[in-house]
Amino acid sequence: MQTTTRTLVLAAAMLAATAASHAQVTVKDAWIRATVPQQQATGAFMQLSAAKDTKLVAASSPLTPVVEVHEMAMKDNVMTMRQIPGVDLPAGKTVELKPGGYHVMLMNLKQQVKEGDTVPLTLTFESKDGKRDTMDVKVPVRALNTAAKPAAGHGEHKH
Amino acid sequence: MTVPASIHAPARRAFVLSGLAAGALALTGCGQKEAYHGIDITGAEYARDFSLTDPDGRTRTLADFKGQAVLVFFGFTQCPDVCPTALVRAAEIRNLLGADGARLQVLFVTIDPERDTPVVLKAYTEAFDPSFLGLYGNAEQTVAVAREFKVTYKKVPTGSSYTMDHSTLSYLFDPAGKLRLALRHASSAQECAQDIRRILPTT
Repeated sequence: MQTTTRTLVLAAAMLAATAASHAQVTVKDAWIRATVPQQQATGAFMQLSAAKDTKLVAASSPLTPVVEVHEMAMKDNVMTMRQIPGVDLPAGKTVELKPGGYHVMLMNLKQQVKEGDTVPLTLTFESKDGKRDTMDVKVPVRALNTAAKPAAGHGEHKH
Repeated sequence: MTVPASIHAPARRAFVLSGLAAGALALTGCGQKEAYHGIDITGAEYARDFSLTDPDGRTRTLADFKGQAVLVFFGFTQCPDVCPTALVRAAEIRNLLGADGARLQVLFVTIDPERDTPVVLKAYTEAFDPSFLGLYGNAEQTVAVAREFKVTYKKVPTGSSYTMDHSTLSYLFDPAGKLRLALRHASSAQECAQDIRRILPTT
């Protein structure tokens, strides 16, 4: 039952992404990590592929006014996370926002983000000529303990 | 809780046991001692102990977990990437250990006690595995435990909020409470479980 709902939501997310074809970016496998009550931040991950060279420069959500594009880096076993001006999306190449790399960071959350919910996210892209386009995506929320790379049958594993 | 005098006896016994384990490995392996996947820090003079509070308000030190291997990770719950990944791995390690999984206690020490209240900490760790325990201290205690474990962390403002830079090694203690390995973030659950099996005395 839950799986069906999730599939539908994902399909909806993909439809929404395809519908906004003016941005010529396809969003696949978008998900947000669930939070526990009073946890104020979480990340959104997805695969982006653009038909023409463009750049993901911003994201926003009705959930919170603080949404940033971040890059995680590891040096000498120390993790750093920084807001970056954008993620380059070269034409025809799939760029992954995933744990260990880029993510969309949602901060100052006032409410819990629950598994099974969907979160509206507006992505802003900027083409080489400086023209900006936005795309609305409905992003499904996956369990807090979702693995970075869900192995077959383990991604939705419950404890 | 800490009784320094009593620490020495179990430590000596563990030494004998680990000697036996190494012998057994030499017999089953190709005749030479294999290297650990993690960084062997046995005998290092840091990460000796901690005194922190669990979400139920109890003071916890390393001695409380004697008899179990202990895996300590430092992080913060607002972290979208490294911390959940490390805790998902820890849960997987525990599963991979099978029946021995119960002999591993995972501790998550927050380096952001300002936001990681006991309520958040408890719900967060339990979402990965109900046996995981979150620990926190006040600002001074957090500085002290990080210094003892050679863990670096830094508050970094971003927008109207902040994030934390932090060390990502997981520290592994054997059931005698002796520091043994530092596990890298990049190591797989399988590699970590193999290392942990080697420091768990065979019964």
